[in-house]
Parts: sequence; structure tokens; C-alpha cells
Amino acid sequence: MKKKLLSTTSEWTMDRIQRFDREIARIAKLYQLDTYPNRIEIINSEQMLDAYSSVGMPMNYHHWSFGKKFLDAEKEYRRGYSGLAYEMVINSDPCLSYLLEENSMVTQAVVIAHACYGHNSFFKNNYLFQLWTHAESIIDYLVFAKHYIQSCEEKYGVSKVEELLDVCHALMNYGVDRYRRPAPLSMEKEKEQQKEREAYLQSQVNELWRVTLRDKARKKAEQNAEHMLHFPEEPQENILYFIEKNAPLLEPWQREVIRIVRKIAQYFYPQRQTKMMNEGWATFWHYTIIQKLYDEKLVNDQFMMEFLPLHTNVILQPPFSHPGYAGLNPYALGFKIFSDIKESSGDKWIEAVDFAMRNYKDESFIAQYLSPKVIRDLRLFSIIDDEAQPELVVSAIHNEEGYQKVREALSRQYNLSQNEPDIQVYNVNQRGDRSLTLRYIPNNNRPLSEDTEAVLKHLRFLWSFPVRLETVDASGSVVSVHEA
Amino acid sequence: MTQIIDRRFSDKNKSAVNRSRFISRFKSHIKKAVAEAISKRSITEIEKGEKVIIPAKDLSQPIFRYGIGGIRETVYPYNQDFVKNDRIKRPLEGSGKSQGSGASNTDTIGSDDFGFELSREEFLNLFFEDLALPDLIKKQFSQIQTSTPVRAGFKKYGALPSLNILRSLRNALGRRIAFSMSEKTELEEIEKKLKQLNMLNPENSDNPEIINLLERKNKLIQKISAIPFIDTTDLRFRNIVLQPKPSTQAVMFCLMDVSGSMDEARKELAKRFFILLYLFLTKTYQKIEIVFIRHHTTAKEVDEHEFFYSRETGGTVVSTALELMMKIIRERYLSSDWNIYGAEASDGDNWNADSPHCAEVLIQEIMPCVQYFAYVEISPQAHQNLWEAYVEVEKKCKHFAMRTVENTAEIYPVFRELFRKKTS
Repeated sequence: MKKKLLSTTSEWTMDRIQRFDREIARIAKLYQLDTYPNRIEIINSEQMLDAYSSVGMPMNYHHWSFGKKFLDAEKEYRRGYSGLAYEMVINSDPCLSYLLEENSMVTQAVVIAHACYGHNSFFKNNYLFQLWTHAESIIDYLVFAKHYIQSCEEKYGVSKVEELLDVCHALMNYGVDRYRRPAPLSMEKEKEQQKEREAYLQSQVNELWRVTLRDKARKKAEQNAEHMLHFPEEPQENILYFIEKNAPLLEPWQREVIRIVRKIAQYFYPQRQTKMMNEGWATFWHYTIIQKLYDEKLVNDQFMMEFLPLHTNVILQPPFSHPGYAGLNPYALGFKIFSDIKESSGDKWIEAVDFAMRNYKDESFIAQYLSPKVIRDLRLFSIIDDEAQPELVVSAIHNEEGYQKVREALSRQYNLSQNEPDIQVYNVNQRGDRSLTLRYIPNNNRPLSEDTEAVLKHLRFLWSFPVRLETVDASGSVVSVHEA
Repeated sequence: MTQIIDRRFSDKNKSAVNRSRFISRFKSHIKKAVAEAISKRSITEIEKGEKVIIPAKDLSQPIFRYGIGGIRETVYPYNQDFVKNDRIKRPLEGSGKSQGSGASNTDTIGSDDFGFELSREEFLNLFFEDLALPDLIKKQFSQIQTSTPVRAGFKKYGALPSLNILRSLRNALGRRIAFSMSEKTELEEIEKKLKQLNMLNPENSDNPEIINLLERKNKLIQKISAIPFIDTTDLRFRNIVLQPKPSTQAVMFCLMDVSGSMDEARKELAKRFFILLYLFLTKTYQKIEIVFIRHHTTAKEVDEHEFFYSRETGGTVVSTALELMMKIIRERYLSSDWNIYGAEASDGDNWNADSPHCAEVLIQEIMPCVQYFAYVEISPQAHQNLWEAYVEVEKKCKHFAMRTVENTAEIYPVFRELFRKKTS
């Protein structure tokens, strides 16, 4: 049977996109990529800017900061400082991908392979996503969240809701569970439970403070005995969760808004932990799939001549001294590591890359798979910047002695908890001023930024009573205190 | 199975709400920028968007993060010639990027400040907001149309001067031919018969047949001559219809008292007033000229900058400005192509004996040739005789509007007069 070229011109049509999708789907299946069903939407540049500003969500509640993002992206785009992404993909079931109308047919094909089969299979199979996100219910949840916040705006006024959202956004990164698994909920259930929660939560909070206030005498005795009862018993890393459940004076709707922000933060948490892997995986597959299309003579040389520069551009890694250097390119690094896994695994390469994709996140992926070859190819080296030293020191380079060190350093660099200060809820003063104490355990003596005071003010707004942030040293004694 | 959807033509402007939230949140900054822009801009430039810069500290969305300091280890790609334990000088603050470029140009935005362009609409909305313009009116800055006479065929009735002689005569001729047709054919036959009879019997003139025929012939000739040469039904008149035509050019006269009592604040108010009129005109006309006339005891045509920013002292004779305006109209804008608008701002001071004269000039000369004349009296202590004189003008001329204005919000009612007239 003579194979027919999929496309001979660079103009895309709906029909051609469909044909490409069909072939790419066939090849993806051949390589055992397990994906959610796809939903591809062609959008224009303005819609892409919209999508940017709602943080890549098909819908989101309204907030001025998204407007700012939009203005920013629009300005950059209009002045030609930055192009638009070719695509945007949403971790949902069916998997939603936005393709930009300005893309040529080649780009559309690459993007379909990249997003609709690469990212899609990652979303479906990586353990973090399986653990923390619910692709089938996210869209429903966003609809619920948007409507709920809209109704709050109607009831309590836009400015009150906005103030609350500002505060929640400040603490968003501290609104994720790292170890517990929330149950998936559909929109109806969510609504139902939200009502119940409202009533229950308020009663709980009332109880907490009522009891503590009633027994004044006993309280005093306890205080005198300096028997400080700890609440929470263990430090809590999910600050927003703690506030939602325990802040004394919040209205039920405010608790629900906190919950919404928390949920969305949780949804993005795996993406923040797997950025490099995810992009590397998608890039690896678009490259492999397009190669296969070419091997099967479904695309011609002309197609490849357009594809190769595009691909090269995606995995471009400028050297550290280049003016355009903006950190390690996650596409380049991820692509290199996955390609390296493939080359070193022989015939079983499909199983090998699949295993890596399923069971790791950026940090562990690097620790496991960053081979000397990749380190050599990228000539990676690490530099220690110690405030106490007058100069920077090169700590490791791409040699026998350095491989391990570079690997460890890079793995740490991708460790989210190393990039965010470790701050946890430590104690609530239940008997005195009801103040909330947080504790910061510094990592490598790194101080907190000047933002800290402002965040604490926000936190105080939620807590309604004094908020304190203690910095403790390795021995556990407090070295400094911020208060708001 | 993959679903492919073309969504390019739906879901437009999803971010509009967020954008407007952003603008309303930073309204105080943005309004300041707009107010500054208004005082800086020339009237004709008012319609552009405006660049607004918001300082980073007001925009910040603080989060817990690391500050500078401590120990950090970072991995970089493409080592060139470093080996382990090499020591490198710490790069200067700002990592040596683009040093010096910021210092020379004070206009550049601070690295963290947020700058963006306010669109023309957003700018004007903020401008209008100050002026307390109802939404409807903003939209209604509607077309004022003038009409030009256009020939549209002919009609049967009309005034004699528009009589079309050629058409009328042609009609008359046609009618005469038509009405005399049967008579003329009969006449021809009679002539033929008479000729025959005469040939057969030239001598015999008493032949009764001949007498009959001659009688009949005379009758026919009479009948034919009785047909009128021209009849009222023949008359055709040129049909002229007035076709509405958007007028393309206008001239706006800005008259302002610049005597000592007009301080900066009042001039600022006057400027807003002139801007509003200008904007109103831009909705209607493609080309607008602005004539600035300032006056104290004498009037002078000046450029915009001098108009708003130079100071004079002394008494006030308003009529000088009105006369100068009339003179300029006669010299430059008399043809019907020009739509003329007048706007006068003053604090109401005038030399007593001059006010009646002002009213006279307005009523007799200016008002007949302008579309609209608006007078605003800015923060007067008490109305003086100029106001009273103008009240007379207002009574006589419908397209004259006058108001006292204490602040910018009161400027708009002056225009409402005009719109009310349009909508009724």
C-alpha cells in the first residue's frame, strides 16, 4: 500500500489537523502511551493571552492580579518582546489543549504530539498527579469555585472578596498538603458538602473558644503552672488549611474561599514539582513521534526542514555566560535525560522511559537519572555562593570527582521545599492573647525576604489576633521574631 | 477519539473583567496619571491612550521567600574553563546587567514598576468619569448632520424660479401633438379631397360637397389653434431634496478671560470644558480647527500654550473677544462648509457698560452663524451684569447655553442642553 503524505503545504486546516491527530494517536499507541481522551481547541492570540492570565485554567475566578498578568503579557507580546506559547495544555479528563491559530501545520503537528500525547500521558500516569489531582473533576471544581466566589462578591461586595483573595494568594504556596490525600469530589458533592462544612466548621470554632474562655479559673492555674498546652500538637505545614479550620473570627464564606485557593494550589502542586520532567517527557515524545512519521514517509523532507529548527529552538540551552541565559532550560535538560535513558536501555527503552515518567518527580528524577554523559554534554558545574565568603567558589565540574556532587546539587535545586522557606504553624496561645506563632527553620542560613512583614500582616488579617514568626536555629532556640 | 474544536470566534475578551478589576484597584494611580495627562496634553491630543506607571511597592503580592544571603549552590550549564575550587569575584549588584542604561534615561520604568498602556477608551472613560457624564450620553455623542441640496429629478409643482423651461416646453409640444393628432389627420384628408374635387371641376365652387368640406376645414383649424401653447400640466420644476451629509469640518472658538482674577485652578476647569467640547466635536467632524482667543481689555488670537499658560492682568472687556471672533469668522470661516462652535469661559467679570454690547454682538452677529455657543462662568463670587446680559441671549437663542461651574462635575450640564435638543 502506498503511504500518502499527510500534508504538503504549511497551511493548516481542521481536516489536516484531524488527519495528523489520527496518525499521531496511532503512533502513540504503538509506543504504549496511555492518555486521557483529547480535546483540542484552536484559539487566537488574544485568547491565548486570556489563557495566560488565568494561570492556564480554562476558567477561573476574577481577580485584579490576573488582569495585571494579562496587561503584562499583552504589552510584551504587542511590543514583540516575547512570542506566545504554541500551546497550552490543561490537566483534565478529557485533556484540554489550546493550539494557537498562528501556528503553521508543522507546528500544529508538533504541538499535538507534544501536548496531546506527551503532557497528556504524563498527567495521567505520573504518581504525583495520580495522588494529588483529579483530572476528571477539576473543570467542575473550577466552575463551582468561580460561581461561589461570584456569589460571595454579590453578597459581600467585590472589595471584601478581593481583600481576602489577596491574603490567600500571599499564602497560596503554604496551602498544600504534602502527605495527605484528599478525596475526589464532583461539583454536586462539593456544593452539598460545602453547606455542611459551613455549619459544622463554625460550630467547631465556637466550641474551641467557648470552652477555653469558660473555665477561667482552671486556665489561670494552668498558666501559672506554665503548663503550656500546645495547639496544634504537631507543627502544621499547611498554613491555609490550619487557618481555614481554626481561625476564630472568620465567616463561613471566608473559610470556603480559603479552601478554594488551597484546592487550586494543591492542583498545581504536582506541576510545580515536575516541570522539568513533564516538559522533557513531552519534548522527547514529540521528537520521537515526528521522527516516526518521517520514517513511515507520512511527512516529507520539507516538513522535517521546518520541524528541526523548531525543535532545536525548543531545546536551546544558552551557556551561563550568554546574555540570554535564563537558567537551565527544563525542555533541554528533560529531553536530554529521557533521550539518555532511551539510549542506555536498548530494546526495552519504552518500558524504561515509562517507568521513569511514572515514579519520579524533578528532584528524584535527577538524583536517579542524571548520568555522567548528560553532565558532560551540558558541561554542568556548580557554584557555591556563601555570604560569608568574599568570592564565589566552584564546587564541582563535569569530571569523575564532580559527577555525584553536580547531581546532588542539581537535585536539591529542583527540590521545591528547598526553594521555599520552611515555615510552619507552631503554636496558638489559647489562654492569653490568642496569638498565632509560626516557626521558620532556616536552610543554609538563608534569611527571609523583606516581604515577610507584609505576609504576616495578611496572615493577621485572617487570624484577627497577633501573629508571630520565630526564626529558630539548628538547636531549636529562637533567634529572631517578626510580629504583626 | 479526539475532539477538535475551533474556538477562535467565541469566548472573546475573557480577561475584560480582570482587566477592569485591575484598573479599578489602581484607580488612584491611574486617575492621577490621567489628570496629569490632561493638564499636560494639548486639547487635540486628548484622545490618545495614556501610559500609566504603577510603583512596584503598590502592586506587590508578597509571599514568603528567601532574601539575599546565606549559602546557595547553583548549577550552571556549559562550563568554559573553571575547575574545582576556582574562586570567582562576586558579580556587582544587579549582576552587571545593562548597567548605565537606566541612569541616563529618567523616563525608563524602574525595573519592578509596572507600566502599561491605558487604551483610548479607558482613558476617555476616566476622563468622562470626572465630568459625571451619564453612560448614555457618552454613547450618544451622536452624529450631527447637515444637509446639502441635491437635484432629484423633476416635479409638477414648484416655485417659478425653479421652473425648467426646456422640460416644460418639451412637454407642451408633446401635448400639443397628441391633442391635435386626429384633427390633423382629418384636415389632411379634407385637403386631399378638396384638391381632387378642384381638379375635376375647377369652375364649380358652389358644389355643396366643397362648401361642406371647407366648413369642416375651418372648424378643424380653429380646433387646432384652440389647443393652448403651454398648459399648467406641462410645467416641470427642478426637484431639489435636502440630502443629509455628514459635515466634515468644524471650527471651535475658545474664548477665555485671562484677566488677573482667572487663576490656575479656574483655567484648569476651563480647559476641561474646552476639552469636552472638542471631544464632542471629534465625534462628529473629521477635521477640526481650534481658534484660541484670550482677552482682558483687548482680545488676541493666540496659540494653545499661550492661551492656557500665560498670565495677564487688568480689566476685562468681553466684547473685544466676541468681535474678534466675528472678524475671524468673516475672514476665514464664512463659507457654509464650516460648522462653527463657540465656547467661552470667564469668571463673570466685565466692564459694566460693555455687557449689553456683548449681548448685542452675540444675538445679532454670532448666534446666527454658529451651531452652538456655550458659556461657562467659573466660580464667580456673584453674578454680575455680564451674566444678566447673557440670560437675555439665552432666552432668544436656543443654541446658546450657559452655566455656572464650581467644579469639573458641573461642566457636563452645559452640554446636556444640546443633547436634549437632539433627542427631542
